[in-house]
Amino acid sequence: MSGRGLAFINARLIDPAAGYDGPGCLVARGGRIEAVGYQPTFPARVEDARVIDCEGAVLAPGLIDLRVKTGEPGSETRETLRSAADAAAAGGVTTIVLQPDTDPTVDEPALVDFLMRRGRDLESVRVLAAGALTRGLEGEALAEIGLMAEAGAAYFTDADHVIADSRVLRRVMTYAGAFDALVAHRPADAFLTKGSAATGGELASRMGLPAAPAIAERIGLERDLALAESTGARLLVDQITTAGALEALERARSRGVEVAATVSINHLCFNEVDIGDYRTFMRLDPPLRSEDDRLALIEAVREGLIDAIVSAHTPVPAEGKRLPFAEAQPGSVGLETLLAGALTLHHEAGLSLLDVLRPLTSGPAELIGLEAGRLAVGALADLVLFDPDVPVVVDADQLISRSKNTCFDARRLQGQVLMSVAEGRVVYSI
Amino acid sequence: MERRAPSGTPEDLGLRIELALAEPGFAPYSRALMTEPLDVTDAIRARLFPFPRAHLLSAGDLTRPDVDALLDLADAFLEFGRQSAKSLDLLRGRTLINLFFENSTRTQGSFEIAGKRLGADVINMAVGASSVAKGETLIDTAATLAAMRPDLLVVRHWGSGAADLLSRKVGCSVINAGDGQHEHPTQALLDLLTLRRSFGSDVGSLSVAICGDIQHSRVARSNVALLQAMGCEVRLVGPPTLMPSEVDRWGARVFTNMIEGISDVDVVMMLRLQRERMNGAFVPSTREYFRFWGLDAEKLAHAAPGARVMHPGPMNRGVEIESGVADDPVVSLITDQVEAGVALRMAVLASLAERMEAEQ
Repeated sequence: MSGRGLAFINARLIDPAAGYDGPGCLVARGGRIEAVGYQPTFPARVEDARVIDCEGAVLAPGLIDLRVKTGEPGSETRETLRSAADAAAAGGVTTIVLQPDTDPTVDEPALVDFLMRRGRDLESVRVLAAGALTRGLEGEALAEIGLMAEAGAAYFTDADHVIADSRVLRRVMTYAGAFDALVAHRPADAFLTKGSAATGGELASRMGLPAAPAIAERIGLERDLALAESTGARLLVDQITTAGALEALERARSRGVEVAATVSINHLCFNEVDIGDYRTFMRLDPPLRSEDDRLALIEAVREGLIDAIVSAHTPVPAEGKRLPFAEAQPGSVGLETLLAGALTLHHEAGLSLLDVLRPLTSGPAELIGLEAGRLAVGALADLVLFDPDVPVVVDADQLISRSKNTCFDARRLQGQVLMSVAEGRVVYSI
Repeated sequence: MERRAPSGTPEDLGLRIELALAEPGFAPYSRALMTEPLDVTDAIRARLFPFPRAHLLSAGDLTRPDVDALLDLADAFLEFGRQSAKSLDLLRGRTLINLFFENSTRTQGSFEIAGKRLGADVINMAVGASSVAKGETLIDTAATLAAMRPDLLVVRHWGSGAADLLSRKVGCSVINAGDGQHEHPTQALLDLLTLRRSFGSDVGSLSVAICGDIQHSRVARSNVALLQAMGCEVRLVGPPTLMPSEVDRWGARVFTNMIEGISDVDVVMMLRLQRERMNGAFVPSTREYFRFWGLDAEKLAHAAPGARVMHPGPMNRGVEIESGVADDPVVSLITDQVEAGVALRMAVLASLAERMEAEQ
């Protein structure tokens, strides 16, 4: 350990991995955490370090976002790695995992290597890549899972694509087992959801929107769980959104199936009524669900059933949203609003900050085996310093992301990032 | 009439004869207008009112007094349309753009005639797949049109919510002539006008069965909203595969059995079944559909005595409706609907223009 460090004093340390929420101080040096104290300051002066007086602000592990899309490579007008990294840093997100549905598709090791190298060159937040499960995301032929794992792919997913053919998914899971690879898959019945833009129900039918019933998610998940159970694969349920699917997840867990699940911040903060005026920024995939589903998701976070909250950051340029609702491209950007959005669970639903931050830090870190997401000596010095109470009004035009399509536009939230540190480097501060 | 005489009381028969005698233009006030053509334009001017909203996007946006005022005005236009000289200058100098992303001979023609009879400059823009294929967004199209400074924009688009989206981006009044599977408010209004002329002003006491492909029908959605606002009993009849999900929460009784569904109703409103939905996708075959949900004289006999039949057109004869019923002048209101369409659209355009005058 060498070089000038960062010494945080008078912080409110929140470390979900240790279950600690209280006064603290921390030294980062050489990219790692050198010392942690559960008292406001260190007994002795910290040598050769920039001292940051946190004045009671929260110091927590930097957020880890498992589901981020940029436009790179292939459609850089949406978002570049640079703009995504800057947005992440401003949002307190210090690790982003890129989705493989780019052009070309990230389905071979050279592209994984390329993206991770491009990410390192930014000298900003940590950029990791997820590899495809099937070649070209076509749901037919296996992608080079082993070689991509060797190249450093964080996990494997076909992103928004559902592998409809159960035989293919079974082989993918069986094969991935050889590399202990984490297989993420969207739970959905591909036939029921085809062509839909909303959740089936009174609202969508009044609005005349093509809709899929919410049970399409549970049907898809039950299949995926059965395959995971029989193949022994490590399954990550990509964005669970319905109460029915949560029940299926809980049942599988109680049977001992090794399954983890993510939920997107959008499905925790919005419901189907938000599409009521055909606002295309609210067009998401999976679509927004009922209020009952949203409340069930929040309870699932509270109970620890959800391993990771993702931003589902999906930049869509103006031309993709200035269309009638069903034709508009789905998705919302979310890196910059992830933390403040998640803090609504604390401010409005009464979850503790530990419970809110766990699926944003240690939860995802454990899933992908990252030595971050906790405030422990020797861990990577990925940190976020934030004030959880400052009121903010989201202004889409002020976002750093190249695309401004945020569900949170004009929303009043609480929580402001003061500083982000990635591997001991200050990547953002106000 | 003999066909259904056994089920009708003498009073019913008498009523029907009176109605038949009064054709055309049997409503008392309109009869007076008929005899003195000069008064027609006076009646129009007397009934002109500023439209309550900047746009007509949804039938559900209108209150009952607004609807009554609009239909009174449309009544006057209907009489006016029966004169040999049919041009007015209420929209002189105004530009109306018919922006149709979907082909529609009748609705587009109806708006065009309505605009021209009011003296507007009418431009038809059929936006085929071409500009859409070029990647132009709906908002780009809107911005282009807005720069041409039209006063009225009539739009039909395959996307639900398209008219709503346009109305936020252009500076003129937008009239929704059908947006995807969402709404077609002028159709519902002209249907109501037709009913009022047929049954008299107490339309709220009527029971109406809307039959067929409810799920994909914007006409059904607009009619449910408007008829319920007027106080009508609305029933929805059709195969379960063509019912929207949670349709039971629309406040209408839902029937899969057509005979039960149209029993004792005053009005049977048939919907068009799109050809691509017939062959196995939603219903097994056209003949099976006709057997259970097609309107023929036998099924119609279960409706109330004096019941009338409507269809927004174009009809699939032998699929959702039998020609004998569609063409029977005693029961069918289908051509009345077309005539009412022009008058109703004139009323919408004129009152929107009146609102613009008031704002200037």
